[in-house]
Order: sequence, then C-alpha cells, then structure tokens
Amino acid sequence: MIRFDEVSKTYSRKARPALDRVSLEILKGEFVFLVGASGSGKSTLIRMVLREESPTEGEVHVLGQRLRALPSRRVPFFRRNLGVVFQDFRLLGNKTVYENVAFTLQVIGKSRGFISEAVPDVLKTVGLAGKASRLPHELSGGEQQRVAIARAVVNRPPILLADEPTGNLDPSTSAGIMALLARINEGGTTVVMATHEASIVNEMQKRVVELDAGVVMRDEASGSYRRRLASHAGEELA
Amino acid sequence: MRVQLIAHEVWNGLRRNLSVVVSVVLVTFISLSFVGAAILLQQQINQMKGFWYDRAQVGIYFCGPVDATDTCTQTAATPEQIEAVRSTLSSGAIAPYVSDVQFEDRELAYQHFMEQFGGTASAEFASPETMNEALWVRPTTPQDADLIREATAALPGVLEVRDQRALLEPIFQVLNTASLAAIGIAVLMLVAAVLLISTTIRLSAFSRKRELGIMRLVGASNRFIQTPFIIEGVVAALIGAVLAAASVIAVVHFFLQGYVAPMLQTIAIVGLDDALVVAPVLIGIGVLFAGVAAAVAIRRYLKI
Repeated sequence: MIRFDEVSKTYSRKARPALDRVSLEILKGEFVFLVGASGSGKSTLIRMVLREESPTEGEVHVLGQRLRALPSRRVPFFRRNLGVVFQDFRLLGNKTVYENVAFTLQVIGKSRGFISEAVPDVLKTVGLAGKASRLPHELSGGEQQRVAIARAVVNRPPILLADEPTGNLDPSTSAGIMALLARINEGGTTVVMATHEASIVNEMQKRVVELDAGVVMRDEASGSYRRRLASHAGEELA
Repeated sequence: MRVQLIAHEVWNGLRRNLSVVVSVVLVTFISLSFVGAAILLQQQINQMKGFWYDRAQVGIYFCGPVDATDTCTQTAATPEQIEAVRSTLSSGAIAPYVSDVQFEDRELAYQHFMEQFGGTASAEFASPETMNEALWVRPTTPQDADLIREATAALPGVLEVRDQRALLEPIFQVLNTASLAAIGIAVLMLVAAVLLISTTIRLSAFSRKRELGIMRLVGASNRFIQTPFIIEGVVAALIGAVLAAASVIAVVHFFLQGYVAPMLQTIAIVGLDDALVVAPVLIGIGVLFAGVAAAVAIRRYLKI
C-alpha cells in the first residue's frame, strides 16, 4: 500500500532533515498511528504520501506507484485514491454538509445520479443523516470532523490519511471520531493517523510508528504512545 | 453537471470582485479602442493614398529664358527639345508606364497659376512670360513616377521633374505619426490591461484559496481548477472588447460618415465596412490576451 525506502527530506534553509532515512511499509487494511512531538516529521510523512512534497532522497511508493516518477498532471488523478482529514476540518463555510461532501464528487466529475446516492449514504455512515442541510458553523466540532471524514471517504479511497483529526476536539468527541475511523478501517480502508494524544493510541492498541527528529524510533505492531520499557511496562499501563 | 458547476464558479468570481472586474472592463475597453483607432487610421491612410496617388501626376517643367541650371542655359526650351521628351515618353522602354501626357503652354500655366494664387502678392508679379512650359504625365501606377523622372530629368531643356506624390507625403506622415501614437498608447494600455487581468485573477484565486486547496486535495484536475478563472478573465475582457468594437463602429458611423464625410466630399473617409473588419480583430485580441494572462496568473495556484 505505502512504502518508504530510505526516505530523507531536507528543507534548504534548515540544517536538520525533516525526515532522515525513513523506511516503512504499511500494508492493506492496516491502522497505523504516527506519533512523535511537533516537528518530528509526522506531517511531512503524510504530505509525501499525498505527493504534496517529494523526498530529497529515497523513494516513496503508494498504491504501486513510484511517486517520484508520477508526472505532475497525473497527481490529481492519483489523489482521488486518497482520503485526507485535517485537524482544522477544512470545510467550505458557505456550503451545506451535503454540498461539502458532494463538492468532492463534483470536481472529479462524478455523475449527478452517483452523487445523489453516495452522499446520503456516507452521511449515514458518519452519523449525520439528519444534518445534511446544515451549514458547518451550525455544527459542533465533532460533527464538523465527521463531515470532513465523510468527504474523505465518499469516493471509497483505499487509503485514509488523518493529520491530528482529534486535535481540536474534547476527549469524548474524540472517542466517537476514533470509533468512526476504526469502523472505516474495518471496511478494508488503510488508515494512517498522526496524533499526539496518548490516550487514544493506548486505547486502540494498533500499530504505532514513533518519529523523533525525522528518524523512526520505534515501530510496534500493537503499541502504546510511550515506549514501553521492560521494567516500567506495568506502571505505564496502570 | 460540471458545466453548471464551472458556470456557477465563474459567476461567483465575477460577482465577488465586481469593482476589479469593472476596472478590467474599462481598461480593456479603452485600450482596445485605441487599437481600433490605430487600425482605422492605417485604413484611412491607405484609402487616401489610393485616392490621391491615382490623381497625382508627374510634372516635367521646361527651361524658361531666365533659368540657369545643369540642363538649362538661360534660353527657353526649344520645341525640338520638348518633342524629344515626348518621344522619350512614348518610346518602347517607358511607354508601358505612361498612361497619359498633356502639354501645358505658358498661357495655360498662367491660367492655372492665377486660379490658385489670384489676389495674392505673388500673382502681381506673374505674367505668362514668367511661367514655364510643362508636360503633365499620368503614370500607369503611382510607383511608376520614379521611372518617368529618371528617364526625363537629365534631358536637355528639362528644368525639373516634380512628382506630386512628394507634396502629399507630409500629410501621410502626419497621419502615420498619429496612428503610431495611437498604437503606442494602445500597447501601453494593453500592458496595463494584461497586468490588471492577472491581478484580478490572483485576487479571485486568493479569495477562493480554501476551495482551491480542497479541490487540489480531492484530486480535481488542473484544467478543472483553472477553467473558471480563465473564463472569468475572458468574460471581463470580452465585455470591454465588445464595448470597444461598438464604440469604434459608432464613431465611424455617426461621426466620420455622418458628420465629417459630408463636409469633406473630396476625401474618401473610412466607412462602416472598415469598422466591421476592425470589430472582430478587437474582440479577438481582447479574448486572447485575457485568456493568456489569466492562465499564466492561475498557474501558481496549480503547483502541486
């Protein structure tokens, strides 16, 4: 699904690389947390999967495509296979919930018939069936994020990228969002989520990749937010 | 679906930046009006050249008793010399370029002179004796005048060969300069219009930054993203171009043909058919420039 081979990224103005020889493989249907402090390279990694950025060295493969070899004009078509969710929702304030989700399908040229079936369907999935005609500012933060998730998955992409999707939400709302993401993952979608909320990571017991200063410090199949030291493992869990 | 969506985006963009769109319309309107004026002036020059050059003749003046030049020796040209010039003009080499030859003797020259300058100071000193005899030659085409001059200027008894076209040159030069000035202003205004269009499109794109970001995120193709902006620029410029074309046609119809032409009946003035040729040119220039300017301006927002 997603493979990083010795990927480094150096921004010209900074001496320290944002990513430093990162190798990583994410398989179909996995749920992966990217954890680490701000500036550890989580967002850079997600942007590379989207091909918003290209590595300085190394190769990124997504869905069988070597992204470096992907010509710019093909990038929009490549992105149709990826759903993305952000901390700040990024909804269009002047469009209703329905229109926000439909907009995605309109701009990639889906038929009116397809849209009128797919949008109510996905709104039901995210639990917003009755709020299709609301405007984003009439919704709570959690509901707005559900709209963003609906928009990300309405086109049934094989991969869902989430960059701190619960960063602006309170814990109980976050739990609802996580349950939704878990359900989407169970449907076969690969989910990659960057976060620094320990409780969420600890509760989900999914694969954890920890980045620190652009280096993969840890990659555990069923991990928690903090590195489990053998002697303190019990304490931390408690 | 997509056509409707794009049309909707274009309409929103135009509405949101109404004041800037109006300024694009006005600047395009004025710049293209100058382009139109320049083209019409050129057409006017060509028409007048055609009109006057057809009537312009070459005057071959013969020596009078007082003229002392390379070819004159203070004696009047003899009838034999005049006949020699005539036979040169009808000789095989020159004849194809000569369509008509008229002899003007001193009496006739005096009459023509008095018609033109009668009552002025110089007329008081004029008498038939002070006039020069002349041959008035009509060239087959205006360009043949040079050949006729070359063939006759050095013949004995010929004082001077004068091409009437030379007298018209200053008039055309003035018109030409005016047309160049119009082109110059038009170019400056077009530069301003292009910059204004690209600024407008950038502004429009900036105000829709969020939409653009989301469009790019969900995989809208570049063509889909840029089309509304290009159409937006083209529509604004098109309105200006149509106004310019309409005003050019109106000026030609009401001012030149309705007011100037009846006063200057000896001069052919550009007509409606000329203006109708200019109109599509203006619209074409407007649409092309606006489309290119908008496409270049929006490129920055398509970078992936």
